[in-house]
Amino acid sequence: MQIFRAHVLVCGGTGCTSSNSPKIAEEFEVQLKKNNLENEVKVVKTGCFGLCAEGPVIVVYPEGAMYTMVKVEDVKEIVEEHLLKGRLVKRLLAGNDEFDYNFFKKQMRVALRNCGRINPESIEEYIAFDGYQALAKVLTEMTPEQVIDTIKRSGLRGRGGAGFPTGLKWEFARKSQDDQKYVCCNADEGDPGAFMDRSILEGDPHSVLEAMAIAGYAIGANQGYIYIRAEYPIAVNRLRIAIDQAKEYGLLGKNIFGTGFDFDIEIRLGAGAFVCGEETALMTSIEGKRGEPRPRPPFPAVKGLWQKPTILNNVETYANIPVIILKGPEWFASIGTERSKGTKVFAVGGKINNTGLVEIPMGTTLREIVYDIGGGIPNGKKFKAAQTGGPSGGCIPASLIDTPIDYDSLAQVGSMMGSGGLIIMDEDTCMVDIAKFFLEFTVEESCGKCPPCRIGTKRMLEILERITGGKGEEGDIEKLEILAKNIKAAALCGLGQTAPNPVLSTLRYFRDEYIAHVRDKKCPAGVCKSMMHYVINADLCKSCGICARNCPVGAIKGERKVPYEIDQEKCIKCGACMEKCPFKAIFKNA
Amino acid sequence: MSVNKCCCECTDVRDAKLQEIIDKYKDTKGALIQVLHEAQELYGYLPLEVQKKISEGLNVPLTEIYGVVTFYTQFSLKPKGKYRIQVCMGTACYVKGSGMILDKLKEKLGIDVGDCTEDRLFSLHACRCIGACGLAPALMVNDEVYGRLTEKDLDDIIEKYRKLDAESNQ
Ligand SMILES: Cc1cc2nc3c(=O)[nH]c(=O)nc-3n(C[C@H](O)[C@H](O)[C@H](O)COP(=O)(O)O)c2cc1C
Ligand code: FES
Repeated sequence: MQIFRAHVLVCGGTGCTSSNSPKIAEEFEVQLKKNNLENEVKVVKTGCFGLCAEGPVIVVYPEGAMYTMVKVEDVKEIVEEHLLKGRLVKRLLAGNDEFDYNFFKKQMRVALRNCGRINPESIEEYIAFDGYQALAKVLTEMTPEQVIDTIKRSGLRGRGGAGFPTGLKWEFARKSQDDQKYVCCNADEGDPGAFMDRSILEGDPHSVLEAMAIAGYAIGANQGYIYIRAEYPIAVNRLRIAIDQAKEYGLLGKNIFGTGFDFDIEIRLGAGAFVCGEETALMTSIEGKRGEPRPRPPFPAVKGLWQKPTILNNVETYANIPVIILKGPEWFASIGTERSKGTKVFAVGGKINNTGLVEIPMGTTLREIVYDIGGGIPNGKKFKAAQTGGPSGGCIPASLIDTPIDYDSLAQVGSMMGSGGLIIMDEDTCMVDIAKFFLEFTVEESCGKCPPCRIGTKRMLEILERITGGKGEEGDIEKLEILAKNIKAAALCGLGQTAPNPVLSTLRYFRDEYIAHVRDKKCPAGVCKSMMHYVINADLCKSCGICARNCPVGAIKGERKVPYEIDQEKCIKCGACMEKCPFKAIFKNA
Repeated sequence: MSVNKCCCECTDVRDAKLQEIIDKYKDTKGALIQVLHEAQELYGYLPLEVQKKISEGLNVPLTEIYGVVTFYTQFSLKPKGKYRIQVCMGTACYVKGSGMILDKLKEKLGIDVGDCTEDRLFSLHACRCIGACGLAPALMVNDEVYGRLTEKDLDDIIEKYRKLDAESNQ
């Protein structure tokens, strides 16, 4: 193997790819050649580093210097200064300010251990970082029962949302007697604002393959399926490459490590249906049918895919498995809280400075995520709430910002761990509008099999549309609550049972906002269009006429020396006038 | 995708390719969805004739195929534009105003979500998180991602693809 004195790691995750990282990698190759460094410095395209907001991100080893917001033009300087002369390019260095530093300081990378460190398209690099050692250990030194016991003692709980103990799930499947069993991986990542699983698959696909083989050995299965959404082309491609490589190396396929254990993995593409993230629907979809859920019991551990005993785990759950085997269950159980062990990856987005991917030990507080890791709220705005669990989850208001992030504390405040979407909202976010947003999502995604979900959520959405449209009626809030309760009790699967959660949780903490909409016909955050209007402040208006010229519907009239006025009847509330006014004389009135 | 510019001759080529896809998956359990994905890649959408061929090839009833095609949002019964504009309606983007972006695009293109402009150049779609939350609000044209969008960017993006199309037609 060729030895390089330095490595340039260029993020090839989706975020940085869209901010031009492939061109930057190319430019590095060009510049390195120009300086005759191509045999001394290697360019590696890695998975996501997490700091997506500052992308494109690159890291230069051995120093570990991280450069952010790198432009193609900057590459020459980095090559000539840093790689040739050994001087860091200070102006591009991350961690110049405290924020970037804190972004990494409070994190702990277990599931993401290899993301941004290795080339995901190279099995050699994965192996160099202890890859497939856990599988070797399991196959040559441990019985299936010992594997299950190890996972049980680690305290690992499912990272896909519900938090079911992983070891226990495996034990049930182990105990089911059958000639054929299956291991499935849930890479459907349905939460509409989250990308943790995709980042793991893009940055470290082999860790998931290795873990699935371990699971196969533990429960007695020789076939695995990865169900992944088709919207993730980069991840699908890297998985394909990884599977081929593993087969070539004899780490998947027949007689692995000469132990007589066979295990194979196939990829199945989803086709855009949120309900297919639910375990029984996912299995129906792998069978090639409409992805409708089935009633449980029988549970998949007894009758799953093709009616055979099956386990399904989330991508991040799997990513933890090899480390637990290698470092031991006690090590893993020493991280986190009493009942939530290990770490959790979150995709932090919305109104926050450092959007991106973070991995924290369980028990870290929301405040630490928002202010220390996330760098606070942009434009000096106030933190209003955080939303976790996507369309099945709920929100955590500012008053509870010191809530520790673990399964039980989140459930207690009416939210949930979810799969890892964490959306930060500021004072400009309307909570009724957010509840409507999630309900629109569930109405669209309801598979239609059971009436409480198909019809009930639609009725709830109609009420929310009425409320945000300024036509709310007395009693609407109570109607929402009754519907929510009944849907939760009667729906067939998790989708319907959790669909009312965003409404219930916003009602719990922001009831006054609902009341303001219904009773006073006001949207306090100024989001709901029908309830707000634009006004020109007569004292500030200089009668320049720019607003009138920019109004697409001719709703603004005025003449020189007289302040302009907006005709509220004609106004379509597009906000163009406010944007264009050079004197900031136009205001949004809730 | 080259679908729109297809002449009758290449239809045969595509039909032959479809047969290859069917043969490849014939003996795989539960392969219908994979076949539909590849067929849609080939034709750009899944018209009834294509579904019929798949039905015969895989020996699956047409009703079942239609049921699957209409269940999943990725499958389309309508042709899509040469340039598919997908506006991210994920939570992060929504919080940062992607609803406004979608509205403006409807206005600028004069079409509704799910529809195609008359010249078949653009079709407009709303999609879920595309993993560019750090750049919210974001949209995708075919496989290109555009982030940190403002209204002005939309004109530039539309213009860019009009030009690209004009060039490719020369
Ligand atoms: C409507 C619905 C959608 C779901 N979507 C996902 C998903 O996208 N990804 C995921 O891992 N789990 C999802 N789940 C949870 C799965 O049903 C299942 O609990 C999980 O994949 C089990 O893996 P774990 O124990 O490793 O978490 C969803 C559940 C419901 C009810
Ligand atoms: S929500 Fe739009 S990219 Fe994630």
